[in-house]
Amino acid sequence: MNNNRSPKHPLDNILRIDRIPHIWCPGCGIGTAFSSSLIAIQSAGTDLANTVVVSGIGCSGRGAGYVKLDSYHTTHGRAIPFATGMKLANPELSVIVFSGDGDLFAIGGNHFLHAARRNMDLTVICVNNFNYGMTGGQAAATTPCMAKTTTTPLGNPEAPFNLPLLAYASGATYVARWTMLHTRDLIQSVGEALARRGFSFIEVLAPCPTGYGRRNRQKPIDSLKLYQEKAIVKNGANPAEVILDFKQGITLGKFVEYDKPTFSDAYERICRPRAS
Amino acid sequence: MKPAVLTGEHFMDGDSACAEGALAAGCRFFAGYPITPATEIAEHMAKRLPELGGVFIQMEDEIAAMAAVLGASCAGTKSMTATSGPGFSLMMENIGLGLVMETPCVVVNVQRAGPSTGLPTLGAQGDMMQARWGSHGHYEIIALAPASPQELFFQTITAFNLSETYRLPVLIMADEVVGHLCERVIIPDQSKIGLQSRPRPKGRKDRFKPFHPGANGVAPMANAGEGYRVHLTGLTHDEKGYPVMTAEAHSEMVSRITGKIRANLSKIIQVEEYRLEDADVALISYGISSRSSLAAVDEAREQGIKAGLLRLVTVWPFPEHAIRELAKRVQCLITVELNLGQMHLEVQRCAGGMVPTLLVGHAGGTVITPARILEEIYVGSGRG
Repeated sequence: MNNNRSPKHPLDNILRIDRIPHIWCPGCGIGTAFSSSLIAIQSAGTDLANTVVVSGIGCSGRGAGYVKLDSYHTTHGRAIPFATGMKLANPELSVIVFSGDGDLFAIGGNHFLHAARRNMDLTVICVNNFNYGMTGGQAAATTPCMAKTTTTPLGNPEAPFNLPLLAYASGATYVARWTMLHTRDLIQSVGEALARRGFSFIEVLAPCPTGYGRRNRQKPIDSLKLYQEKAIVKNGANPAEVILDFKQGITLGKFVEYDKPTFSDAYERICRPRAS
Repeated sequence: MKPAVLTGEHFMDGDSACAEGALAAGCRFFAGYPITPATEIAEHMAKRLPELGGVFIQMEDEIAAMAAVLGASCAGTKSMTATSGPGFSLMMENIGLGLVMETPCVVVNVQRAGPSTGLPTLGAQGDMMQARWGSHGHYEIIALAPASPQELFFQTITAFNLSETYRLPVLIMADEVVGHLCERVIIPDQSKIGLQSRPRPKGRKDRFKPFHPGANGVAPMANAGEGYRVHLTGLTHDEKGYPVMTAEAHSEMVSRITGKIRANLSKIIQVEEYRLEDADVALISYGISSRSSLAAVDEAREQGIKAGLLRLVTVWPFPEHAIRELAKRVQCLITVELNLGQMHLEVQRCAGGMVPTLLVGHAGGTVITPARILEEIYVGSGRG
């Protein structure tokens, strides 16, 4: 095989191709969520030199390591406060947080709440694969009740978060949910989030066949079929009514979009009255 | 609007002097969380930063504060946080990230008596070993110990200069007494304040390696938004910043982040000698305890005992050379610190059995009195 003649990939200019192959398993959904995000970044028309990707820890957290932009792979759960400091220090930056459900909503849950409350001007993309993949498939704050993981061998006794409701209740001004099968919608949502000001949250459901699927009788293709058959697109749905229900239906869509002053807008007006 | 540098003579508490030192050093981002006895630093920054074009943000906890400080610094802004023991514990995680990402910033710990919630309003010097080893893994750190509001002003500037020069979080290990003490603080003219900034990259942006060291062992730093498309990670990485999961890469990275400090000890470490020329008994102290020590030295001299003081301005890296030299020429070393013996362990190590080493210290809550030190000087000089 002659590698020198391999065709150019359309995302090569924002991929660290010297870091490929990536670590994601066959059948994993993160890659599709990641490439959809990159396509949106590329088509957003924003200055790539001013676009930054920040990740936490975990499989999705490895995203920052593959994107050829200023990229920061931080500590577990702390991508959002790191991104907050970065955005406030240089408001010209477009700051994207790309991380997983365990990182953003368990260890990093408090930071998510407060960044949303402040309407910090960040785009947060959460790949929700319902478990901790990197460490071998433990229960997360998003694991469905009764699902089997290595730390819930007889079934998860806990209830999962409804992430869009959590985001909305905390103050996020843009909230959407898609699956990695809905790439066009996902690309559009990331594009909308990048074009607007304020705290935008996009949840992307994705299969983890290695960690989650094999313990819950879900082959990769089964997860995709589930996403296809059970998806109900309902833009503007009340976030309180989008609890994930894999039997009745998975509600997807853009649930929330409204304007309110960002942290920086309010800081400028209230804390620097003499300057403005 | 007040200028960034408040040139003139002030009557000011240590916490405020620290904040003014940061502003004079060019700090324009502060993220913090309220905690006694460091809250006044945050309050001062909340008032002063916006009018200077900077940003103050009160975060949800100290973990977030430390993360935000690193993010802001990576975006090119001199950044700081301030806390006390419980918050310092929470910051340890991201102090480690700052060491591995080689991110300049300043962390102030106005120490109160611990462990745990301890005595929130009363001073101690009990976090000295936490400052050295509190984050996991092997690293070198720089920590300073101010003994007065005036020194808090100047040391904060020094801390920023060291953090920018060597690309790491620099710690200011103050204490409740120094933080709340009101004294004269002289702020010089802006032109008299020397400032350092991080080494900057040269050459082609697409060939830039974020961790390729320069002549003094420190790599130039590109900030976010400058087009270098850097990757920084808390994972063990190579000069490009890319993760490499091998013992060799780890050894190389840890050698680099420790080596850049070990190779510049003489430029980093500052100590002050007081009446040590002909001393038989040498006190070794820092921060508020060094002021009690000064009084004890004078009192001992009046009673005919040749006592002196080595005041540690830099506590980490430990001034090993100065202690070893001192141990060769005195009869006794006495460590004076507001804990039950932390830096004392280092003093003993460096003395290497050459001379007896004594300790004056208690668990915190009150300052050490000169009288108590004098008692130990009697013991050390053979009069006890």
